[in-house]
Amino acid sequence: MTANGLVQITLYFVALLLLAKPLGVYMAAVYENRPLLLKRILGPLEAGFYRLSGVNPEQEMGWKSYAAALLWFNLFGGLAVFALQMLQAHLPLNPQQMANVTVDSAFNTAVSFATNTNWQGYSGETTMSYLTQMLGLSVQNFVSAATGMAVLVAMIRGFQRTHADGIGNFWADLTRGTLYILLPLSFVLALVLVGQGVVQTFKPYQTIPLVEQVSTATEKTTQTLAVGPAASQIAIKQLGTNGGGFFNVNSAHPFENPTPLANFLEMLLLILIPAALCHTFGTMVGDPRQGWAILSAMTLVLVSLLFVTVGYEQGGNPALAALGVEQSVSVDQSGGNMEGKETRFGIVNSAIWATATTAASNGSVNSMHDSYTPLGGMIPMWLIQLGEVIFGGVGSGLYGMLIFVLIAVFVAGLMIGRTPEYLGKKIEAFEIKMAAIVILIPAFFILGGTSLAIMVEAGKSAVANPGAHGFSEILYAFSSAAGNNGSAFAGLSANSPFYNTALGITMLFGRYGIMIPVLAIAGSLAAKKTVPTTVGTLPTHTPLFVMLLIGTVVLVGALTFVPALALGPVVEHLIMNTAL
Amino acid sequence: MTNQIKPAILMLLFFTVLTGIAYPLAVTFSAQTLFSSQANGSLLGSNELPLGSELIGQAFSRPEYFWGRPSATSPASYNGGASSGSNQGPTNPALIDAVQARIKALRDADPSHLEAVPVDLVTASASGLDPHISPAAATYQISRVAKARQMSPNSVSELVDRYTEARQWGILGEPRVNVLKLNLALDQHLK
Repeated sequence: MTANGLVQITLYFVALLLLAKPLGVYMAAVYENRPLLLKRILGPLEAGFYRLSGVNPEQEMGWKSYAAALLWFNLFGGLAVFALQMLQAHLPLNPQQMANVTVDSAFNTAVSFATNTNWQGYSGETTMSYLTQMLGLSVQNFVSAATGMAVLVAMIRGFQRTHADGIGNFWADLTRGTLYILLPLSFVLALVLVGQGVVQTFKPYQTIPLVEQVSTATEKTTQTLAVGPAASQIAIKQLGTNGGGFFNVNSAHPFENPTPLANFLEMLLLILIPAALCHTFGTMVGDPRQGWAILSAMTLVLVSLLFVTVGYEQGGNPALAALGVEQSVSVDQSGGNMEGKETRFGIVNSAIWATATTAASNGSVNSMHDSYTPLGGMIPMWLIQLGEVIFGGVGSGLYGMLIFVLIAVFVAGLMIGRTPEYLGKKIEAFEIKMAAIVILIPAFFILGGTSLAIMVEAGKSAVANPGAHGFSEILYAFSSAAGNNGSAFAGLSANSPFYNTALGITMLFGRYGIMIPVLAIAGSLAAKKTVPTTVGTLPTHTPLFVMLLIGTVVLVGALTFVPALALGPVVEHLIMNTAL
Repeated sequence: MTNQIKPAILMLLFFTVLTGIAYPLAVTFSAQTLFSSQANGSLLGSNELPLGSELIGQAFSRPEYFWGRPSATSPASYNGGASSGSNQGPTNPALIDAVQARIKALRDADPSHLEAVPVDLVTASASGLDPHISPAAATYQISRVAKARQMSPNSVSELVDRYTEARQWGILGEPRVNVLKLNLALDQHLK
């Protein structure tokens, strides 16, 4: 690790933590419907949405109504994306004359974007019309993110309220999150990104003569440049932990992520809202220390694992060293394992992105994770498998982490023989049962799905790399789908009926199989009374509790997935270092 | 539960108009007004005679040009219409073979040059469109380009220095050389 590498990593985390606090406090004000400057401008629009939809934003919903509103909204959103893909050839704004998408791929993509996963079985610039990207994918980028945040806010209300039936109004939470948080931030970011070189145009692709004209008939003498309304979509895909790229290679594409500054901003916004929501939580429950404790746990895990990936990627590939390739870092090159990485990002910025995008359930990439060293690439996969709670998705990361908090409190309660409580709420059998479902569902689909795929030909034939690495590709795919992450070991040819269906189902359960129990917990907590804090209460803002929480997350993640990881990345690591 | 169906459909409709139509149009309008060149692909040369995009690399294989990163796009390399990485894993024999072939091509083009090859010059970029190589990879190619163009290595080296970009703000990213701009400068299309 060079001095500059350390400076870039430090700068990244300092900027993140500095911005998270004010944004988090602001978001609390949005969700508590306090007066805001932006309300003066967009307030009439908000009121218009409610009036025209026949919604009363003051009307409290019980957890079942809240869940029903959410599920209907996501269902119709998914259907709209599906329909746009099935009809795009006949619709306007399709200058490249893209054909209609196949049924299985359209299903997969519709689920993928409605669930905030943004797994991409397709290649953007060769599959989707501008209309589909805008009306289908961009819209879901906004509302699937706002949906996740709404569920989190509903859960926080569960802790805030006593003897209450309602946990808020879904339509109000959805609308406020989109109008006052996601939309203004995306607009500003999109323009800054265009300033750095991200394209934003409705013109068709451009064909340009190559500088080096090759005379043979088989070679091309021109280059086609794919463009499109990219910046508007890239801004929200980073902010909303969506991650679905406008182009096939996502933020490795120079038109999607042109400069180191663009890269820094995109990386920052990748986990800014998940980090800020910790402060939103602390503010809303009236004890900012609770937010800090969770944010500290998340940051500690991410920073530690980041250094593992940087170390292995900087170490390079021993097989290339044997061929006499210069992989050491110097002032003139970043060195290391550069297969699948861009020169302008080098090792450090590729590694920060790879770990941040998998810690958060974003899933956008600026390098190809499939080409990482075995252990350098195992870290992103394991971060997904930890349950997408180290920052995690917008909303979904923190509500997932709060589930682990309940488990940690429960474990501590067992040790000291006291009924566990958190923020004055007794944690009882119902909450722990729901928490167990939340933890078991992803594990079931990741391990079950991987097992199924390696037993059938349609699963095995899709791998691109032989041996243990091929197994890692499949394991990563199911982890990514269950965690609603969306990144991939992209060599896997996942655009097939088998993977489109299996991964589509996995994404659905990975999203709603967790949201519904979380809302049930929110409803149950809201109905409870608040018990007063005594000397016997376990404090949940101390360094000791932060360690207990990290221990819980890591232990569950390790116990569940180490055997599978041993068959993939670990075996490959041993092969790579002994074959020579 | 079914009383939420109507608001669900209407809300989706309004959000589609707002975030799917108004928002991208507003961004496009502002972007085309403020940053028209970048918004349209950062093209070099004139509108009538574009020389390429500053941000998208092109394929070079003749000795008198600097070569960029290997590209895994298909059907041809540096296909700006279909970005792609190789996705080859570190223990994949195909990767080792490919790197070996790339080293051989570099050696064959300049047999007297025996230094170790910088890694970015023999490994495929993530996008297949990487416009840059490391300064080390540019320096490595100076002797070949100078011989092929019958220029002094010093004058080629000066051009390389001129097209070497430092870290942004001195901190961010990695130092790099824009291959297309450097080659255009060699051909005296750029000053």
